[in-house]
Amino acid sequence: MKAFQSHHIRSRALLAQWALIAAFTLLIGAFFRLQIIQFERFQLRAEDNRVRSVPLMAPRGPILDRNGRIIAENVPGFAVKFLAPSEDSLRAVLTRMAGVVPLDSAHVERVVQRFRRARHLPALVMSDGSFEVISRLEEHRALLPGLVIESEPKRHYPHGAALAHVLGYVGEVNDDDLASGRFPGARLGTMVGRGGLEEEYDELLRGRPGIRFIEVNAIGRLVREAGVAPPLAPTPGDPVQTTIDIDLQRFVDSLWRVGYPRRRGAVVALLPTGEVLASYSSPTYDPNVFIGGTTEEEWAQLVGDSAKPLFNRAIQARYPPASPFKLAVAAMGLKRGLITARTRMPQPCRGGLGLGNRFFRCWKREGHGDLDLTGAIRESCDVYFYQLGARLGLNAILEEGLAMGFRERSGLDLQSEARSIYPYSTAYFDQVYGPRGWTSQGAEFNLAIGQGDNAQTLMNMVKFYQGLAGEGVAEAPYLVEQHTESSHDLGLTPDQLRALRVAMVEVVETGTAIASRRTDLSIAGKTGTAQNAHGDDHGWFIGFAPADEPRIIVGAIMEFAEHGSAVAPFVTDIISRYVLGPEAVVQGAFAVRADSAPRALQIDPEAAVEPDPMPPADSTYPIIPFVAPFPIP
Amino acid sequence: MRTRPVRSRGLDRTLIVVTALLVAFGLAVLYSAGQTDVPSAAAGVWKRQLVWLGIGCVAATVAFRISPRVLEWLAPGAYAFALVLLIVVLVAGTGAGTAAGAKSWLSIGGVRFGQPAELAKLALILMLARYLSDLREPPASLKDLVAPTLIAGVPFFLVLQQPDLGSALVFIGILFAMLFWSGARFSLLFLFVSPVLSLLLAFQTNAWGLWMIFLLAFLLIVRPYVAEGVVIYVANAAMGAILIPVWQRLAPYQQNRILSFLNPEIDPTGAGYHAIQSKVTIGSGGWLGQGYLQGPQKRLAFLPEQHTDFIFPVVGEELGFAGVVVALGLFLALLLVLLRVARRAVDPFSGLVVFGLLGLLFTHVFENIGMTVNLMPITGIPLPFFSYGGSFFLTSAIGIGVALRVAWEARFSGYVDA
Repeated sequence: MKAFQSHHIRSRALLAQWALIAAFTLLIGAFFRLQIIQFERFQLRAEDNRVRSVPLMAPRGPILDRNGRIIAENVPGFAVKFLAPSEDSLRAVLTRMAGVVPLDSAHVERVVQRFRRARHLPALVMSDGSFEVISRLEEHRALLPGLVIESEPKRHYPHGAALAHVLGYVGEVNDDDLASGRFPGARLGTMVGRGGLEEEYDELLRGRPGIRFIEVNAIGRLVREAGVAPPLAPTPGDPVQTTIDIDLQRFVDSLWRVGYPRRRGAVVALLPTGEVLASYSSPTYDPNVFIGGTTEEEWAQLVGDSAKPLFNRAIQARYPPASPFKLAVAAMGLKRGLITARTRMPQPCRGGLGLGNRFFRCWKREGHGDLDLTGAIRESCDVYFYQLGARLGLNAILEEGLAMGFRERSGLDLQSEARSIYPYSTAYFDQVYGPRGWTSQGAEFNLAIGQGDNAQTLMNMVKFYQGLAGEGVAEAPYLVEQHTESSHDLGLTPDQLRALRVAMVEVVETGTAIASRRTDLSIAGKTGTAQNAHGDDHGWFIGFAPADEPRIIVGAIMEFAEHGSAVAPFVTDIISRYVLGPEAVVQGAFAVRADSAPRALQIDPEAAVEPDPMPPADSTYPIIPFVAPFPIP
Repeated sequence: MRTRPVRSRGLDRTLIVVTALLVAFGLAVLYSAGQTDVPSAAAGVWKRQLVWLGIGCVAATVAFRISPRVLEWLAPGAYAFALVLLIVVLVAGTGAGTAAGAKSWLSIGGVRFGQPAELAKLALILMLARYLSDLREPPASLKDLVAPTLIAGVPFFLVLQQPDLGSALVFIGILFAMLFWSGARFSLLFLFVSPVLSLLLAFQTNAWGLWMIFLLAFLLIVRPYVAEGVVIYVANAAMGAILIPVWQRLAPYQQNRILSFLNPEIDPTGAGYHAIQSKVTIGSGGWLGQGYLQGPQKRLAFLPEQHTDFIFPVVGEELGFAGVVVALGLFLALLLVLLRVARRAVDPFSGLVVFGLLGLLFTHVFENIGMTVNLMPITGIPLPFFSYGGSFFLTSAIGIGVALRVAWEARFSGYVDA
């Protein structure tokens, strides 16, 4: 055949040779492109394939009380996680894990949900495994592929329920938080603050997570934990120093639990500067149960409890301010120059006051007779204040109320604080009751005794009294940082302030709170009884001491306490504990008579061999260790 | 015909050395493919491949001992036997390994004996060589191509039914290589494949329009028989027209696979996974690679089929571009040596057989290595001397044995290559 003549073959062979060389050049070119030109890209991709970055939790900053004592800290904890290639394999391994440690099906579902949100990260099973659980899991590691046990700092609240509402607690960030951007910088699995200071100062406390690198294989199984790449250390959160006095706070807690178990209410203690020494709400809860994830039952119990233990009654509950508001009305009258401390009203108190076809009662049926302002405050006479309200007029009451901050939040640095309710103008009444549904005199009467369309948080009321106790400026209360724009100048002269304080001293010395009188301390205060349509009235007492130069302002409200005089002894106990120290005798609420209490043994100062260490300069009474007056349950 | 005792000095040393180097390189890489951090089926296969190496040496020796005349005489029988096996395997075949769904294995009593498709490749080479060497004139028209196309087409369709597209394409590769070596004009081969090109280009309407104009011009210049020209042109037009309906009738997974070839990132965890991981494995090798046995993509099982179809990325990852150049250089050397043997063959049959083998190996090498860098679509065909697998290793060994014989004959024929 012609085609197989040698020169034909040679030309074909040449063609084939060049074709082969061209084909191999093409291949080599393709490899050159991948391996040399795009090398970095594919190297990164290969690393992406096998190296997973696992966040290293940053230890949260500690929270300190005013004397530097720890009120929220971190303790070592162990988190149990699983790295799983698929949902099915995660379920399979959890089923096997349930054979080693107890694990209910609801828990498994929650783990699977966490896994769905971030498949490439180890899914958290327990954020706080006990030593026993961890050692059992380690024992069965061969049975549990993908098991990751990480040492993670765990939040701990050494004072537990005593400080629950102020601190809040921490929990894993959820989808809603991430969508709303409420916690900037938080990613899935980040622990964020919930409620209280933990949430308010979350950005400070949280710190920045570090990164640990682990190596996984094609189906996502952990191959190597160490030595893949050096980990980036987390940045611990900053410490936050608060104004809380933990001794006083614990004292309040123990006093309430012993004296008023199961009673609902709240206590706030302020310094004249607005610093919050104590803030307590009852019933309370132990924030430590939230750490490590609550069980369904625990959570349901807390949320479903009709007493609402999670509710911070000091700043989230609004109550009719009742008689303590009479001081505000008196202040309005003084400020406007309508009255002085000696002013008497045209109508003496005969148990009530008629207005048209209505009769407005005084709380005392038999009447108080003819009183001046001091006496009216001492006796909390409603009739006097009805007439003062009428003299002020509704517009003045509303204007002055707004100027004193009764329609605002106290300015406390906790976002969860509720805004107090107060009418902004007469248009409010038109809107609510209709133009013919109300009379300005009726509104004046109601507001003058702290009833009607007026509901205040305890914090806001205590803030007002702190203004009365100090220089006439109601300073914004604060736990960490003061929001000075929320401070209100009450507009009273020093003489007017002194007159009001004198009247309030008389409340305790001879008036409605006479049962709380102390011989060793001059306390000023005001009782209150808020009418409650749903049952027994709520009792108020707000007081401060020493009356001539107040060092602490304490207010309390107790739901269904019937009368403020029942609350007063409790508050005066707290005040004397602070002003006089732990040796101050607890009286009143527990009917322990002052003269029958055991006295502290007098020690000759010269006999002491070694002096006690000096207290820090700014502390109030730090050298006195906390001594619970009663065993804390 | 000369009958001389087979002596070692008559052997083609280059062919032996290049083949031995490739076998050694392949075994080393196959050993590495089994070294993973994850339990893998590939762990001990290099030992079994050693057994196949022994069997292959024996087979090559036997093939070397058989005269091409005997092969020529055997060709129709071997071809018929291969077809029968292909039919048997369709009826009673089993799947295995990476192609578990395909009926490609012949087994008796549960023992798998081999893949008849591999034998059929050799049988086809012999049969085509015999047919083409008997022609008085090289194929000059489409009519002349009918018979060789049928010879290759029958096993092609039988293998396609298994289904094993990769192996089936090798038959096309062999057919074209041998038609080329038999002297068929390049323009004829081009017209022959033009409908397939038309089909591919029809995805892009503008390109297809240009193609049809170009084809018309080409036909006017080359001037084949009028009837054939018309047939080719109509076939091209028909391919363009049927593409859309055919595409729409494909199952979504089939469409997906085609689209994934064009852009693997469409479906990175599904159809595109192999293509992407293969590229990542090769690309992360760089100039010198991660070191022998050290490739993380392989070790952590990101690279699929690392001991069979995707063994070459192991070379790329662990030995880098340098290793790739060495491996490709050895393959090119092997193919060039085979080309030299084909050129020096003393008779057309022998030359055609060797060139057919060249076509067979080239198709495997180019398709297998090309798919690892996304140059070719992914079809599961093994890489000669590297991929684990007995049947194909045996086929390659027999091929090398035959080529050695052809080279040996040429050396004693007195034929001197100018």
